Amino acid sequence: MNFPLPEFVAVSAANPWTYVVFGLIGFAFGFTLEMSGFGDSRKLAAQFYFTEMTVLKVMFTAIVTAMVLLFGAVGLGILNFNQVWVNPTYLSSGILGGLIMGVGFIIGGFCPTTSLASASTGKIDGMFFMLGGFVGAVLFGETEALFDNWYTYSGYFGRLTLDQVFNLPLGVVVLLVVLMALFMFWGAEQLERIFGKKDLSKEPKLRIAGAGALFAAAVAVVLIGSPSLEDKYNALKFTRTETIEQLNADPIVNTYTYTADQMLENRLVFISPAEAFKAKYNQAMNPVYLDVRNEADYNLYHVENAVNVPVERLAEVVPVLLTEPPANTVFIVMSNDETAAVEAWKFLSASAVTNVYILEGGVNNWIAFFGKEDKTLAVQPKPNAGDDELGYIFPVALGSTYESCSPDPIEYEKLDFQAKIQLQLKRDKSGGGCG
Amino acid sequence: MTAQTKKPLFPNTPKPFVHPYFGGMVLGIVLFLALLLTGNGLGSSGATTRFVTAVTDVFAPEHVDRTPYLLKLAGGDKNPLDDWIVPVYIGALLGGFASGLFNGRLKFETTKGPQISDRTRWLMAFLGGVIFLYGARMARGCTSGQALTGGTTLSAGSWVVMFAIFGGAYGLAYFVRKLWN
Repeated sequence: MNFPLPEFVAVSAANPWTYVVFGLIGFAFGFTLEMSGFGDSRKLAAQFYFTEMTVLKVMFTAIVTAMVLLFGAVGLGILNFNQVWVNPTYLSSGILGGLIMGVGFIIGGFCPTTSLASASTGKIDGMFFMLGGFVGAVLFGETEALFDNWYTYSGYFGRLTLDQVFNLPLGVVVLLVVLMALFMFWGAEQLERIFGKKDLSKEPKLRIAGAGALFAAAVAVVLIGSPSLEDKYNALKFTRTETIEQLNADPIVNTYTYTADQMLENRLVFISPAEAFKAKYNQAMNPVYLDVRNEADYNLYHVENAVNVPVERLAEVVPVLLTEPPANTVFIVMSNDETAAVEAWKFLSASAVTNVYILEGGVNNWIAFFGKEDKTLAVQPKPNAGDDELGYIFPVALGSTYESCSPDPIEYEKLDFQAKIQLQLKRDKSGGGCG
Repeated sequence: MTAQTKKPLFPNTPKPFVHPYFGGMVLGIVLFLALLLTGNGLGSSGATTRFVTAVTDVFAPEHVDRTPYLLKLAGGDKNPLDDWIVPVYIGALLGGFASGLFNGRLKFETTKGPQISDRTRWLMAFLGGVIFLYGARMARGCTSGQALTGGTTLSAGSWVVMFAIFGGAYGLAYFVRKLWN
């Protein structure tokens, strides 16, 4: 099994079970919050006067339990971490928004989900908090335009996880977080003893065993490690459907599953220059042209709006490719011929970037196809050009100013090509987290 | 005492809350299952925005189309309620109610500190809700979506948000101690 299940990454009217699954998740969430006492604002507020540290205990036990299970499953190859939604990092709006939330927390006595558990059990203050929440949400929607630029760009780092920040293996970070949590639990109990006059000897002894089990599980996560890029590449599966029209009957739809190597062998990810060009005018998709050649070749000639990311620097852009673009983005990678583009395709696909295609024959093929009628392009074919080298000699570096870099959509309105792009739906980016 | 061994399904007297570590462990398992099955974690504040946007979209669709933030949620023929967070939100309300029902905690009351009146508490709860949700939308998630879920997936930004929430609350706690103690 490959988790997460693609059927359940987003709700869809086509599959009503998705509503049931998310509804049940919410049900279990509300149930656990209520049974932990989070329907009572005094219990929540007590956290900030050190008399009762239930908030911290519940929250951090939940985080470390889920984290150890999550990264254990990732390490064992059951779960693909790149398909798990990780809140993108926005430092500025995160810090200011967090501080504002803290103010709302101590004044209102709840956070949004605990107010649900409170209101649904008849607590009138919980209902008022919920009501206030609706007003706060309206206010934000109405005022966001005043600081849109700051909100969208300030301190933005994309999909950034702590292992990348500290440059440590994931498992080690998991172990460190567990150790930190255990230390915090010990500290919280001391504070409860001092400020809350609590008798710790009445606490269940089982919690010591629990702490030991948690520590052991975290050590196991370190030992399991995380799957290499090569493991992830070999585990890739692509489905392709083929529709055969029938006379006087419903069309037959065949579905095939391929491995990544089979996709390359059968050239299912290579798209012709015509299809790459036409993608720009297709309402259903949003093409992003990734030029993986070196900067010198890119400066000599490149397709209009192509982004230059040399193949050895691709790793730097993966976090952005995973979080930023809309769900219908198609990445079209190109090199001079195909060698570097194939490398880039393998790397991006293994990193769980979806909808990646290769420009067939690369930039050389693009020039051969669209350059024929380009009078602005005065180039000589380069004899004996090596593998994946530019096949033309350019006297000057004019980038994308040639006509053939952005072919005229009217002149090339009718183009015959075999369409290879089949959009694979990604999760809705705006839907992650509390979004 | 023997006659009382059969416990009522819906008790009248409230049962004690579960131990925090046990509650946290169950919550962690729920969160893990959510991440495993769907790749999404837990959350709720996003649904609040989606509900109010849906209402705005009914009464003033032109306003939605002019406001960039709302446009992203409900522009054109997009339905703002078509998102996983909406069934999670409704499920959480039902789940909280069910736990209250089974544990004898369904009761109309106001939970507050001893020094303030019900009305003051209601006003503060309302204000707190306004402020909290404003901050939650700014930070793109609340204690559930950022601190809990992002903390678990080791998102750097979420850990920053988590510390900021606690920082804000601890920073102000002393000045509003009359509300709670």
